[in-house]
Amino acid sequence: MEEDLGIYLHFPFCVRKCRYCDFLSAPADGSVRHAYAEALAREIRAQAETAADAEVSTVFLGGGTPSYMEAGDLAAVMDALGSAFRLKADAEITMEVNPGTLDGDLLSFIRTYVNRVSMGVQSFHDGELKTLGRIHTAREAVRGISLLREAGVTNLSLDLMTGIPGQTEETLKTTLAEALAHAPEHLSVYSLIVEEGTPFFTLADEGRLALPGEEAERAMYWDTRCALAEAGYASYEISNYAREGFACRHNLRYWERKSYLGFGTGAASLRKETRWKNTPDLDFYLKNSGNPGALMRETEVLPLRARMEEFAFLGLRKTEGIREADFASAFGIPFESIYGETAEKLRRKGLLAEEDGRWSLTERGVDISNTVMAEFLLDA
Amino acid sequence: MDQSKIRNFCIIAHIDHGKSTLADRIIEMTGLLTQREMQDQVLDNMELERERGITIKAQTVRTVYRADDGEEYIFNLIDTPGHVDFNYEVSRSLAACDGAVLVVDATQGVEAQTLGNVYLALDHDLEIVSVINKIDLPSAQPDEVAQEIEDVIGIEAMEAPRISAKTGLNVHDVLEAIVRDLPAPDGDPEAPLKALIFDSTYDSYRGVIVFMRVMDGTVRRGTKIRMMQTGAEFEVVEVGVFGAGRMIPCDQLSAGEVGYLTASIKELKESRVGDTVTEADRPCSEALPGYKEPQPMVYCGIYPAETPRYPDLRDALEKLQLNDAALQYEPETSQALGFGFRCGFLGLLHLDVITQRLEREYDLDLVTTAPSVIYKVHKTNGEMIELTNPSNLPDPSEIDYMEEPMVEAEIMLTKEYIGSIMTLCQERRGVYESTEYMESNRAVLKYRLPLNEIIYDFFDALKSRSRGYASFDYELCGYERSELVKLDILVNHTPVDALSFIVYGPSAYERGSKMCEKLKKEIPRQLFDIPIQAAVGSKIIARETVRQLRKDVLAKCYGGDISRKRKLLEKQKEGKKKMREIGNVEIPKDAFLNVLKLDEE
Repeated sequence: MEEDLGIYLHFPFCVRKCRYCDFLSAPADGSVRHAYAEALAREIRAQAETAADAEVSTVFLGGGTPSYMEAGDLAAVMDALGSAFRLKADAEITMEVNPGTLDGDLLSFIRTYVNRVSMGVQSFHDGELKTLGRIHTAREAVRGISLLREAGVTNLSLDLMTGIPGQTEETLKTTLAEALAHAPEHLSVYSLIVEEGTPFFTLADEGRLALPGEEAERAMYWDTRCALAEAGYASYEISNYAREGFACRHNLRYWERKSYLGFGTGAASLRKETRWKNTPDLDFYLKNSGNPGALMRETEVLPLRARMEEFAFLGLRKTEGIREADFASAFGIPFESIYGETAEKLRRKGLLAEEDGRWSLTERGVDISNTVMAEFLLDA
Repeated sequence: MDQSKIRNFCIIAHIDHGKSTLADRIIEMTGLLTQREMQDQVLDNMELERERGITIKAQTVRTVYRADDGEEYIFNLIDTPGHVDFNYEVSRSLAACDGAVLVVDATQGVEAQTLGNVYLALDHDLEIVSVINKIDLPSAQPDEVAQEIEDVIGIEAMEAPRISAKTGLNVHDVLEAIVRDLPAPDGDPEAPLKALIFDSTYDSYRGVIVFMRVMDGTVRRGTKIRMMQTGAEFEVVEVGVFGAGRMIPCDQLSAGEVGYLTASIKELKESRVGDTVTEADRPCSEALPGYKEPQPMVYCGIYPAETPRYPDLRDALEKLQLNDAALQYEPETSQALGFGFRCGFLGLLHLDVITQRLEREYDLDLVTTAPSVIYKVHKTNGEMIELTNPSNLPDPSEIDYMEEPMVEAEIMLTKEYIGSIMTLCQERRGVYESTEYMESNRAVLKYRLPLNEIIYDFFDALKSRSRGYASFDYELCGYERSELVKLDILVNHTPVDALSFIVYGPSAYERGSKMCEKLKKEIPRQLFDIPIQAAVGSKIIARETVRQLRKDVLAKCYGGDISRKRKLLEKQKEGKKKMREIGNVEIPKDAFLNVLKLDEE
């Protein structure tokens, strides 16, 4: 049987770092970005030798800002991917784009190579965009959406954010309305997390960041869920919504523990029950990407315990939750014998619900899902 | 042994001024044995000791120095602990010395502890040789520091050796100064034995090993000795001296010498620090002055974080007590914490040391309750009980009145801090007694203070308000009637007996509010709102609420980076392990001690 794979391509560059972002990305000049594309192609070709039988059903170009790359460089990477791996005919090929980086070349790249676009909008209020340190305006986002539609993108996702400093339930409401007016197939709405090491963290620490309170932020979350449900978008994961048939297959791989290979600096992989990450060091990557083994960091062969834990804490991110039967067939052990007590305790506390052997987060459980998921870690 | 060839001394210094480096250097630059001892094949005996695995607890060391005059001198370098809880032990170590080497950092000059230590040494009539250290540093100002020593402390320093203990530069001059300027002992070797116990340790093969300074007389194997305070009598099995890191048996110890003895002594309490060793058949006329019974001043409950480890805790306390006569304990039960022990300590540092040893050496996770002093509760029926556990306080209707222990505190400080320290003492219900000016810059403040006002954090407050320039000592001076109440802390309407404590009535509101505020910070938010209340009797005097956890969700897993998510969850789980469930609420075990450390505002 062929191995089924997802592929993640990481582009660690951006025009300017957003003030809340702690992910691996930084501005870089054109020659570095070009060299990076070549290095990616080398890694893809070398890694493909270990996956001769694999079939690729999802590809995700993420970042950073993949759309900040030259279209020609992106095409070269995708060509390398296409010749090194077997892409399924119906493969989902997603690219993240920033509305501030769309030009004709990029649009024609998208038309040729990509069938799903996820656009980082975050908000339709310029004040909020400025607070976040985004490089685009609301108007540019609107224009970007039409350009993408004109370029034939029929599976479009918009990224929005709740919990932005200064955001209110009112401003969120208009952002949602504007987003819905463009009838995207998919929406991701993330709660802003203030991460250590970001400018936001420093500001928050000094008490100079007007973050909505927790109550307000949670209200925004549930307002969103409610408004999107009314508009026909089902919540299929904590932060993701889609019209029927448009759930992001690549992201679901993560929650369902299906294999994926990550290419590029810092990219994470899961294959044959082994997790690893590539080196985050750009210079090292550029020199050594032809030798994937040398890039691997934090390699961990997952013991049974870790696999069961992941099944639970990743699966619970999905609205449908986890099925006892899936657990039993994956591990050959009844769910009950490992997690029966934990799940029941959480059910009594109103954090989990159970129906016909399927466990899922309640509304309260979603709000404090980390607390719930931590309960599924087993003692070593 | 010719006493004129012995020097018994300690090294005193402010922290980091180079005390232990200098000690190391002295040990390196001197020898282990005298020429005569070498001929006596002492080394063979020593091998035997090493095989038995005996190590020396105190850093007390005997070395042999061949001086420029061609003579061999015996140096006994006696170590001193450094905290007010152990002031008594320090004073006994100093009493075993005839002189002291004062080390001052050439870049820092005279500092707070320098003064405190010098005054302690002068109290014991020790001769002081000053030494200026760290002259190899570019910022060294040895001449200015010498002047400062003369001005501030008032002892000769112009001729003080200027050294670098680190490189060994001029340390030779220190050795010569010890020979030249420190006095030799002058006891009578023929008089009845009179020796001061300044430390002791427990060895599972030989029992208690007594560390002592012989003042008069002579002791050898077979001598029948008596401990003058405890009255216990023993026959000496072995006497010897302290080599660097090993014990060296010898034939006898006589007046002026420092060494050890063993006598099949089974318990540490039979040889107490400060006691006088004499001959059973020919006792000296009076014991050496300054002896004090080890007296616990602070009590607190110690509980295993996991109930099944109670027997392990009991065994650990039993073992620690063999080595620490000042530690006391007895079993008790707490509704909140289960089975544990009420333990008595010399002070808060002693408490800290013991709990840390229990956790490190015996791998125990502990929960400790509010420290308490011993209150005298006079009941209406005429009965008096000594209360060491606030939970045992009788119903207020049965109480006639209560008394609390008082101390006489002497605070040594430089003049500029008198104002702020007097304010501190006033805040702690101190009654001013006197101010004595030592010389131009130094003063001693005397206050009468309730012990319960100083057991928590008085020492820290004193240090912070005097920028380290004040030191203090205290002595119990009886009990006084006082208006005391029991303050209870309720978490989610359940009283937490481990947090109850006795407090001066008029301070109850302030203490209660502070406790609630602090506890609020210590208790992580949970699934529901948790009220935290302070109560005196049935009256709620303060309240805080830990709001329920509203949001704990990770929005996104970037690019399938699952290990990052896992780390986050593992951190949460780790935190939860350190919790203790009381009244349906999970409380971190550190919360109990943390809420009691009232900050200096």
